[in-house]
Amino acid sequence: MMRVNVEEKLFQNRYKVDAGRPHIQIRDPDVCRSQCQAQQCTTCCPAGCYTAEGNGAVTLITDGCLECGTCRVICTEFRNVDWEYPRGGFGILFKFG
Amino acid sequence: MHEKFDTIVVGAGPAGNAAAYTLAKAGLSVLQIERGETPGSKNVQGAILYADALERIIPDFRDDAPLERYLIEQRGWLLDDEAYVGGNYRAEAFNRPPYNRYTIVRAQFDKWFSKKVQDAGGLVICETTVRELIFDGDRVAGVLTDREGGAIYADLVILADGVNSTLARKAGFHPELKPKDVALAVKETLFLAPEIIEPRFNVKGDEGVAIEMVGKITKGMIGTGFLYTNKESLTIGVGCMLSDFAAQKIPPYVMLEEMKAHPAIRPLLEGAEVKEYVAHLIPEGGYDAIPKLYGNGWMIAGDSAGLVNAVHREGSNLAMTSGRLAAETAIDLHAAGQPFSAANLAGYKQRLDDSFVMKDLKKYRRLPAALHRSPHFFTLYPELITLAAHQWVKVDGVDKKSKEREVRRAFAGRRGWLGMMGDAFRLWRAFE
Ligand SMILES: Cc1cc2nc3c(=O)[nH]c(=O)nc-3n(C[C@H](O)[C@H](O)[C@H](O)COP(=O)(O)OP(=O)(O)OC[C@H]3O[C@@H](n4cnc5c(N)ncnc54)[C@H](O)[C@@H]3O)c2cc1C
Ligand code: SF4
Ligand code: SF4
Repeated sequence: MMRVNVEEKLFQNRYKVDAGRPHIQIRDPDVCRSQCQAQQCTTCCPAGCYTAEGNGAVTLITDGCLECGTCRVICTEFRNVDWEYPRGGFGILFKFG
Repeated sequence: MHEKFDTIVVGAGPAGNAAAYTLAKAGLSVLQIERGETPGSKNVQGAILYADALERIIPDFRDDAPLERYLIEQRGWLLDDEAYVGGNYRAEAFNRPPYNRYTIVRAQFDKWFSKKVQDAGGLVICETTVRELIFDGDRVAGVLTDREGGAIYADLVILADGVNSTLARKAGFHPELKPKDVALAVKETLFLAPEIIEPRFNVKGDEGVAIEMVGKITKGMIGTGFLYTNKESLTIGVGCMLSDFAAQKIPPYVMLEEMKAHPAIRPLLEGAEVKEYVAHLIPEGGYDAIPKLYGNGWMIAGDSAGLVNAVHREGSNLAMTSGRLAAETAIDLHAAGQPFSAANLAGYKQRLDDSFVMKDLKKYRRLPAALHRSPHFFTLYPELITLAAHQWVKVDGVDKKSKEREVRRAFAGRRGWLGMMGDAFRLWRAFE
């Protein structure tokens, strides 16, 4: 598989980050760590917001989020993603879309 | 805000704009709520605009809509790892006005459409996210926004809030999307000077080309790639079913980069500068995945209703058409002094059933299941067909009969005649 730095891609985008108010949250980090085998959010998120840490934990940083909904839809087994749109006006601002 | 409107439209994409424009023009009071900074700032499309659907709403849209290029040529490619077999359809008929298909840039197009809504008398507020619907018994009575004192009331709420449709799910109108019913697409916009685009794609002036691709680029997943010409940019993207992304664990941006490096694609992008990277879901579950479309005080249109024809890559036109039909249903009831009850709004479903929207979706009803059952269309067949083409074209001293035998053996050996017949049958039934 080709190595791709997704941050470099996101760097082209325009965001208005709602600092300190992430619009998506992992409900129970323990479920990710000890129950979820597949951790599919870490490979499916098109913005690489979910990271599989070496110790089995999964961390989420929503700053680069493209607001697609993927992480919510694919967390089928545990429904462990609390997903909302950002507050009006915040988040990704597509220049072209 | 304690004002009450005839109608509230949530979302300013093609579905919401078509609905709000049609309602406002007919004189109903309309409040349209959009979460983006401006209409379009959250929205993603390839983007091909099908003129017909818009023409039925704004007949003279060509006068001032931000259109990129009109398409005179459609290319279809079947890709193996290092090769492709393709066909072009180019017709002079597409080079005569009124043009049939255009490339657009959604951030600009949605803003233009929204201006039309406002000119028609619709009230549009942006930077406002609707959090949930307000109910009065089982009737939708308004919406709760994230603004201070954010409850707003109306006789009718039209949900045109796109594929994630957080509102319909919270209200229990439809369940969570299934990964097998939704595609994830990633795409980039790349700047390239028109002087380079035109000779490279064999077009001039405002002419444009669309390329659709199937094959190894999607790594065995059900999906397609595309490359479209805008005026001064190219857009390239790839989308696959979410269930496949989850199973195969290939990040979407890796798929996109590998596609861009394909020897058939790379030369077309040479010198182009990436300006944006986006991602969006597409509801591709087809007819059988369509949720309930109306109820007491509400209707749902566009992507939030799952109205996408994945086979023909049509979505915005189904969105505009459903938005318009929802509005026309409301306008007729309003004129007749009838309430927006579930029984009365059933007329919306009837209008959709009578239109190309439901007829087309019904026609391809079997396709999603057929593709899930025969993933070979995306891997093995492109490989075999490029092999056959390779044998046909390459001159190497091997006699033609032996070449033919090798191709036939490859087909039979890799899938088996029975398997291929099964695939062909399923495909034929799905397109029937
Ligand atoms: C990569 C890609 C390529 C495509 N290519 C084509 C193509 O070439 N041709 C084509 O016809 N179709 C194409 N489609 C499909 C097409 O983009 C969609 O079908 C179309 O945009 C649907 O319109 P819509 O109005 O229903 O939803 P959207 O365009 O998604 O609009 C929904 C709007 O609602 C707003 N919203 C959502 N929730 C809220 C809320 N709670 N409060 C306030 N506002 C909210 C959003 O910000 C957005 O503006 C493509 C899709 C993708 C992803
Ligand atoms: S898929 Fe869901 S449960 Fe699994 S790691 Fe991701 S968020 Fe956690
Ligand atoms: S919504 Fe999309 S981009 Fe945002 S975190 Fe989820 S998968 Fe990633």
